Amino acid sequence: MKNTPVKSIVAIAIGAALFFVLGRFVAIPSPVPNTNISVQYGLLALMGAAFGPFVALVAGFIGHALIDFSYGWGIWWSWVIASAVFGFIVGVSKNHVKLATEKFDRRKIVTFNVYQVIGHVLAWIVIAPVLDIVMYAEPWNKVFLQGAVAAIANIVTTAIVGTILCAAYSAAKPKKDSLEKK
Amino acid sequence: MMNIFNYIERKSPVHAMTGASKLVCLLLWSFGAMSSFDPRYLFALFVIAVILFRISKIRVADIRFMLWFTLAFCILNNVLIFLFSPQHGTEIYGTYHEIVHIAGRYTLTWEQLLYHLNVFLKYLATIPIVLLFVTTTEPSEFASSLNRIGVNYKIAYSVSLALRYIPDIQREYHDITLSLQARGVEMSKKASLGSRLKTTSGTLVPLILSSMDRIEVISNAMELRSFGKNKKRTWYRDRKFTAWDFGAMLLGLAVLLVSIWLTSFVNGGRYYNPFV
Repeated sequence: MKNTPVKSIVAIAIGAALFFVLGRFVAIPSPVPNTNISVQYGLLALMGAAFGPFVALVAGFIGHALIDFSYGWGIWWSWVIASAVFGFIVGVSKNHVKLATEKFDRRKIVTFNVYQVIGHVLAWIVIAPVLDIVMYAEPWNKVFLQGAVAAIANIVTTAIVGTILCAAYSAAKPKKDSLEKK
Repeated sequence: MMNIFNYIERKSPVHAMTGASKLVCLLLWSFGAMSSFDPRYLFALFVIAVILFRISKIRVADIRFMLWFTLAFCILNNVLIFLFSPQHGTEIYGTYHEIVHIAGRYTLTWEQLLYHLNVFLKYLATIPIVLLFVTTTEPSEFASSLNRIGVNYKIAYSVSLALRYIPDIQREYHDITLSLQARGVEMSKKASLGSRLKTTSGTLVPLILSSMDRIEVISNAMELRSFGKNKKRTWYRDRKFTAWDFGAMLLGLAVLLVSIWLTSFVNGGRYYNPFV
């Protein structure tokens, strides 16, 4: 199913708004102080799988930038860009997962999770730390450790939350062969 | 509903400026502050930002909460940098001037102190200007200003739509949590991490499915009104630039140019190095 341009725009907007609300207000404090479990990446993964790379990229970018804005600590561009990259990669899974038209079975769950793991690893262990070093000249071992912790936490959260959301979304969509002739 | 972007209505020249010029100034300013590690320059930016704050009539009391939050974030970041890389300053500046040996590989050097001063000043130089932008720009004007500085209007419109729907989604989330709690689902700190993650996903499912329906409804409504048919659009909240707007954009440009000038001619790099 192809998105119309207007639908993409609205999907970006609602995706960014959900990303913002989940990231800003639905915080589950983790055992490590000062870090929260970011449920919003599960949502972004669903947006990617349902609407494709472009929508998830822009929604991640806008949503993350709005979160930074609302905290008032300045926009941490390196991490905003990393969120967008994650959205893009997980969005590539759209044509393999086909949430709207086909059943979200075990094989598709694995495909979806492979994409999200690749996306998180690239975003938090490559993009975010490298940009931190280039833009803010931070020590490399600190940023890579931060990135690795973020990647692991996000992979686990997305595996749980993202998979549940995709399954629920796919179940709510009527499928091609859902009507049987008797 | 609470005001998430902390817009504070006052009568001041900064409030009267268009969102577009403030956004241009903010972007140029943050690029300038990001690229330079010259404490004199960063401190000067901080002083200018404080003066702008005075002009805007935003008081420290208005933003106290955000300031504390940022300060905590800044301190944590500095502590982490020192823990992970106590000799980062030496790597950058190439010299070694010991102050005091603490333990093991942790020796405090002047180079490290200067690097931390820079990191700290970076916060001081950028935070006030971001806060100023957030507190003096109305969210709906922010979206139209994005279009003004060259962002495609469809993207600018999705920012505006997102800002429009954030309060709705927040309210819906709140309602869903309350109804779950009324049914006896434990969502406070008493529950274990795993079970909270699960109950949160349980809350998210209805929230996200209803938002997905919303996407259909809104996009149908917009399509019926021929959204996106033309290459350009007009904005309800659109104002002409005044002298203050040009002033703000020139200030941003000056900040960036000084940063480039310092980097390429004065310091011969991003760092001001007093050690050699």
